[in-house]
Amino acid sequence: MSSAPSTRRREWLLRAAQGAAVAACGGLVWNAFLVRSVHAAPWAPRPPGATEDFAAICIKCGLCVPACPYGTLSLATVDAGPAPGTPYFDPRRVPCYMCPGIPCAKACPTGALDAALPRIEDARMGLAVIDPESCLSWQGLRCEVCHRVCPVRDQAISIQPHPRQISRHAVFVPVVHADACTGCGLCTQACPTQVASINIVDPASVRGRMGEHYRLGWKDVAPAEGAPGADATPSAPMAPTPPRSGSPAPAAPPAAPAKVPGLDYLNAPP
Amino acid sequence: MSAVARPVRHFVPPATLAGRLWHLRYTLARRTLQFGLLLAFFGTAHWGWTVAGRPLLAGTLSASKLAGVVPFADPFAVLQMLVARHWLATEVLVGAALTLGAYVLVSGRSFCSWVCPMNVVTESAEWLRARLGGRADLLRMRAEVRYAVLALALLLSALTGLAAFEWVSPQAMVWRELIFGAGLGLTAAVGVFAFDFAIVRHGWCGHVCPLGAFWALAGRAGQVKVRYDAASCTRCGDCVKVCPEPQVLNFNQAEARGMVASGECIACGRCIVVCPEDSLGFDLRARCRPAPSLQGEPR
Repeated sequence: MSSAPSTRRREWLLRAAQGAAVAACGGLVWNAFLVRSVHAAPWAPRPPGATEDFAAICIKCGLCVPACPYGTLSLATVDAGPAPGTPYFDPRRVPCYMCPGIPCAKACPTGALDAALPRIEDARMGLAVIDPESCLSWQGLRCEVCHRVCPVRDQAISIQPHPRQISRHAVFVPVVHADACTGCGLCTQACPTQVASINIVDPASVRGRMGEHYRLGWKDVAPAEGAPGADATPSAPMAPTPPRSGSPAPAAPPAAPAKVPGLDYLNAPP
Repeated sequence: MSAVARPVRHFVPPATLAGRLWHLRYTLARRTLQFGLLLAFFGTAHWGWTVAGRPLLAGTLSASKLAGVVPFADPFAVLQMLVARHWLATEVLVGAALTLGAYVLVSGRSFCSWVCPMNVVTESAEWLRARLGGRADLLRMRAEVRYAVLALALLLSALTGLAAFEWVSPQAMVWRELIFGAGLGLTAAVGVFAFDFAIVRHGWCGHVCPLGAFWALAGRAGQVKVRYDAASCTRCGDCVKVCPEPQVLNFNQAEARGMVASGECIACGRCIVVCPEDSLGFDLRARCRPAPSLQGEPR
């Protein structure tokens, strides 16, 4: 028995609506799962050359894992590491030894790891951050292990004297420079404290940005174009008074103010 | 039709060991290929297997490299990434094209029964279900649901910018975990097993999996088909009982085409070995002829 066309149309519409509703519910749950497993996944250092959209472009094939000669990389699981299936490393276990040939990035078939990364020193896998409350050097011991193992020593980690209250002695503390740190994690692995006092973290979680509106007058003497006083001739910087001496100064070479020392000249290195 | 008058014989399981092995020939061949591939992946990743000094088969079924030269990639995963508006490196595009070409040439869903390790899980669930006297499905679901899942996967990929199915694919998880020994073990496999065993018969591979749906669509033009000989067939229906995709065994269509034409056929060969009349067999598409009585008739 056939029903009237209008009834059949209504039934069809109802079924289509039901199907769409099921698909929408499924899609919402699926979408929530996607967002959680990718965007809300914990951060971990990625192999060198990881692009900004790494998790989206990584096909999760694992080709980079055996390409690493040191066994640094693992694929994340649901309970360990970042977005499940993507490669990461735990620097305290095995850091990145920064092979000059970057074999892991070369193995990536999708371009999630940029095979065109020119030098391994350009990799930004993370950023080393020191906990001064447990760092041995910060307590006054001459540890400096992180500085010695750093593959870009003196650029990524330098040792700087740091006055210790009114003592005549100084402490020598490691300082990380974000513009040169690759996040390889050799420092984290080598750190002798029970729990590492220098760790590789997500640069975005610690790095700030000053913004364009602050002007550090003692660093850049010439006011910015269009800034108040930009048209005024910068007054000659205050020069230290030459030490008085018996003989009058010989004809000084024409005073070409070779390099403007800046207002903070007193603290500038000689 | 031609066979109506003949007595209907049914499949009798072979009694001898040789007969049993012959009966299992396609299943054994499929298991050999499935586990062989897994072993090649595992051996390359863990024991450094090489061929001519290069890694034998590196990666997983998502993307791999044979002998350090020939790339392969899952074309459905690549399609999702492209839909998610990520341009990819040439290597994975070439790999996906090679893989797609190979399966399109042979038979799209031969991937499902000959390569995909999830097939082992779902066939085990089916086997246990049959042993325990397979009861009715807990949930009724149309086999076409997978095409909706496929469409949804592509839609979500476009909306979220993430390859949607690749983050939930239980088979991709199983491959990764078997090869790279990662973490939560075989949760996905257990889930699929439970779904197929207790909720829907042939549930995952036959109703839900969008990768199977992709291969069903992409592999329509496959050249390897199950040939159907209408003259000897008594329509006993034994093949339909063992087929994991029983909708593909439509006798009238098969008679008209001389083969099982549907792209949803996974080419597992289970129908071939149970046919008491030898009416079915693997053959090239070009050699499958419609029944003589139907030749020349418009299709």
